[in-house]
Amino acid sequence: MTDTQEAHLSPETVLAEMRKNGVSHVVWLPDSETNWLYMLMKAEPTLTLIAVAREGLAFSTAAGLHVGGKTPIILIQNTGMMEAGDSMRGWGMGLNVPVVMLVGYRGWTRHGVTKDTAAVYTERFLNAFGISYYLVENDRDASRISVAFEEARRTRRPVAVLVGDEYHGFNS
Amino acid sequence: MIVLHEMLELFQQHRGKAIVIPGRGNRQWHEISTLPSRDLPLGDPAMGGHAGFALGLAMAMPGEKVVLFDSEGDLQMSLGVLAMVAEHKPGNFYHFLLDNECYATTGGQPVPNAARVAYDQFAKAAGYPSVHAYTNLESLSLDMGRILAAPGPTFVAMKIVPEIENRPMGQRPPRLLRSREQVIAGFRGEFGIAG
Repeated sequence: MTDTQEAHLSPETVLAEMRKNGVSHVVWLPDSETNWLYMLMKAEPTLTLIAVAREGLAFSTAAGLHVGGKTPIILIQNTGMMEAGDSMRGWGMGLNVPVVMLVGYRGWTRHGVTKDTAAVYTERFLNAFGISYYLVENDRDASRISVAFEEARRTRRPVAVLVGDEYHGFNS
Repeated sequence: MIVLHEMLELFQQHRGKAIVIPGRGNRQWHEISTLPSRDLPLGDPAMGGHAGFALGLAMAMPGEKVVLFDSEGDLQMSLGVLAMVAEHKPGNFYHFLLDNECYATTGGQPVPNAARVAYDQFAKAAGYPSVHAYTNLESLSLDMGRILAAPGPTFVAMKIVPEIENRPMGQRPPRLLRSREQVIAGFRGEFGIAG
């Protein structure tokens, strides 16, 4: 494996984590960076995809799925997560929904100054709600997704996985 | 205009064993319902989300009828949910809309373009295969049984007499008689859902 490959989070790895944790429904708002994952999820017979019209609807829809006995995952971008704050509070935390949200970390960088305000406010936003989060940058971090699922189940709260490889991993 | 309590009594005659999400109609529904373990009175977790919740529940439990009493203020916040429902077309979903043309719990201020919005046409344009609109109980009573006997998803817009609340929040009766945790635990117990 080359350094370049090691630096990527592959969609196959993300899908494997979903399968491992019994995900039944992916509630999501597509973005251009996750198209490869979309193709794989669409072909996966154990998954039902529910595209939402705005991210706030992801939390209420996931809550309905959970109350009905299913295991949803939410797949959105950090911009949409912030837009969905009140729904996350009311439908996610208020109904004790143990859902993992896989959040594309737009603007995230390890290098230099973070210029994108979407990234500047992402972790501050999660901290304000007291929501745990795990950064996943590449395949070597992918086991953190299972850690997030375990924590969500144990605490009966939403837990975030911040995907810090948004601009290359899913498109590799 | 339709009186909410009378409409809910009519619905009760045709409910069968349907799951009911009473939304903002819960204060009246809890006096009428005979199957509270199949009710999901959740209060107002976050405005605009009831229809998404109901869609998720209907997709999770395809063998059960799911009836939602949504409100027009909630729906205006999340019109895109109509397209989501229409995409998946859950045949067990019945989407009733309580349209009192105002935000009744905050003093009765009008919702945008209150009297002139045709919500059934929104649903139809989004792709619901079956839509209805009623302004009086007599017409609704002729159709209620047929609506609930036919496959969904179905959208039923109803003009409802506003019951405006002006008392300060602290002086109002509690919206929920059971906590959300109790409601959900009881519901999941009814259906043998673990967790």
